[in-house]
Amino acid sequence: MLNYTFRRVLVAIPTLLILIVITFLLMHSAPGGPFTSERPLPPQVLANIEAKYGLDDPLFVQLWNYLKGIVLHFDFGPSFVKKSQTVNDIIAQGFPITLTYGGLSFIFATLIGGALGVVAAIRKNTFIDYFAVGISIGAQVLPNFVMAPLLVWLFTLTLGWLPGGGWNDGALPNLVMPVIALATSYMASIARITRSSMLEVLNSNYIRTARAKGLPERTVILRHALKPSLVPLISYLGVAFVGMVTGSVIIDVYFSTGGLGQSFVNSALSRDYSVMMGVTILLGSLTVLFALLADLLYAWVDPKIRY
Amino acid sequence: MNILDVKNLSVKFDTPDGVVNAVNDVSFSLAEGKTLAIVGESGSGKSQSAFSILGLLPKNGHAAGSVKYMGQEILNLPEAEMNRYRANEIAMIFQDPMTSLNPYMRISKQLSEVLIHHKGLSKAEALKESIKMLDAVQIPDAASRVHMYPHEFSGGMRQRVMIAMSLLCRPKLLIADEPTTALDVTVQAEIMDLLIDLQEDFGMAIILITHDMGIVAGSCEETLVMFGGNVMEYRPTLDLFDNPQHPYTKGLLEAVPRLDQDVQTLSTVSYDFLEGGKS
Repeated sequence: MLNYTFRRVLVAIPTLLILIVITFLLMHSAPGGPFTSERPLPPQVLANIEAKYGLDDPLFVQLWNYLKGIVLHFDFGPSFVKKSQTVNDIIAQGFPITLTYGGLSFIFATLIGGALGVVAAIRKNTFIDYFAVGISIGAQVLPNFVMAPLLVWLFTLTLGWLPGGGWNDGALPNLVMPVIALATSYMASIARITRSSMLEVLNSNYIRTARAKGLPERTVILRHALKPSLVPLISYLGVAFVGMVTGSVIIDVYFSTGGLGQSFVNSALSRDYSVMMGVTILLGSLTVLFALLADLLYAWVDPKIRY
Repeated sequence: MNILDVKNLSVKFDTPDGVVNAVNDVSFSLAEGKTLAIVGESGSGKSQSAFSILGLLPKNGHAAGSVKYMGQEILNLPEAEMNRYRANEIAMIFQDPMTSLNPYMRISKQLSEVLIHHKGLSKAEALKESIKMLDAVQIPDAASRVHMYPHEFSGGMRQRVMIAMSLLCRPKLLIADEPTTALDVTVQAEIMDLLIDLQEDFGMAIILITHDMGIVAGSCEETLVMFGGNVMEYRPTLDLFDNPQHPYTKGLLEAVPRLDQDVQTLSTVSYDFLEGGKS
């Protein structure tokens, strides 16, 4: 197990390197640069600025310097656009916010989605099943850019219960809408995956054996059926968690939460190479990390999987 | 007193294409400690009859008729009452040992939960009993293997575990649904021998569902031949083998390959009897 984990971490290094190189080249091949504006700067001024940031060096030299900065000093460079901030500052400011509402969304989506799926499977083809399936389909067809304005309309404009936006250090009223808006579609997927795998497990031979043992239905489901039916969910949860904690531009824009999602899109629009790169690397590392965690979790849940 | 009296048992399934009659009017009875064989080809309704006795039919299956265990009607009992009979009075082992044990639980837990639930034993006592039972089904080194997972056992060993699990509460009736079909031939013989030995030790009655006529001849007092959900013939085994009455039974017996006869073509079961207008 330790050996396997170590090997997976080693493999992650070239993966992230390739990610960095590709992002770097793609960013730099897009037309324009961080200092292009509607009123063009005099060529000499532009040349001076680019020289200061090293943007006039050949691409591979820039790439090399960039990588050196990361590896030697864990320095992702200065932001080209927000002159007073480094990339580390921007991430340090935005990531805790996305981590908070993303993490809460993840917990919310997993618990509610999982419960809906289990209940729907146990009460298959009853009112409860149709209700749960209805909710999850409804949630699925409401992407967060539809959910967000609907929530604002309902809770802020109509009922006046919740503030329409802002972060306010993650106070509960400010958290409610971002969390619901982000979680709903994930919740729907989790409910559908859980329902179908639970149905499959309930039809399996070993559940028939458990029933033949005279165990109460509750025990059959909680002790015998629940764990196997959650296995197919694990790989999805890894991906979903990364998707949620790296934030969503739509949430950040609608609710002015100031998370990482907004920095990500702004940096792409303004060709703020270093911020774009920093956020991409963060996202990539998290993806690799959670894919690994999901695989380790598999081994922990399923006794047949041993590394 | 008979341990089991089955009268006019029928099983129907609701399917999207209409109602399917899987079992029609099956009746038989079984005395304590005796063995009844139910034979028939795949789809003849033998397994569904057995499932309906323990209330294990799928949700779209409905059983009608009467099943009396020690004089008590048990067919279609509510789940909670049925659970008192399951494993405790009537136990069942299944066709496919590879999938009949929970792959996510240790054998120790799967065995001891039966005793904890039905007999109220403590965890430690239940484990001790479980190991004893694994010894009884001749699993070598049971005390350490009890903590393994099902995938660490071979098919034959898993069926032994299933048998041990079914006998934990000393049931008076064991329903064995094709216990050897999924196993290879040498293991089949071992499992059958084991079942017969255990029957002598524990004194339970057995309903043996099978399509292996060799097993039937060796170990069952009575035989019930099923085809298409109907009983073709129900008689003492020796009688049935000596002098089969129904053309289907005759066909079934002739289809058993024999080592002492030199034949070029193996006999198959003929369905000619169906044309004569079966009731």
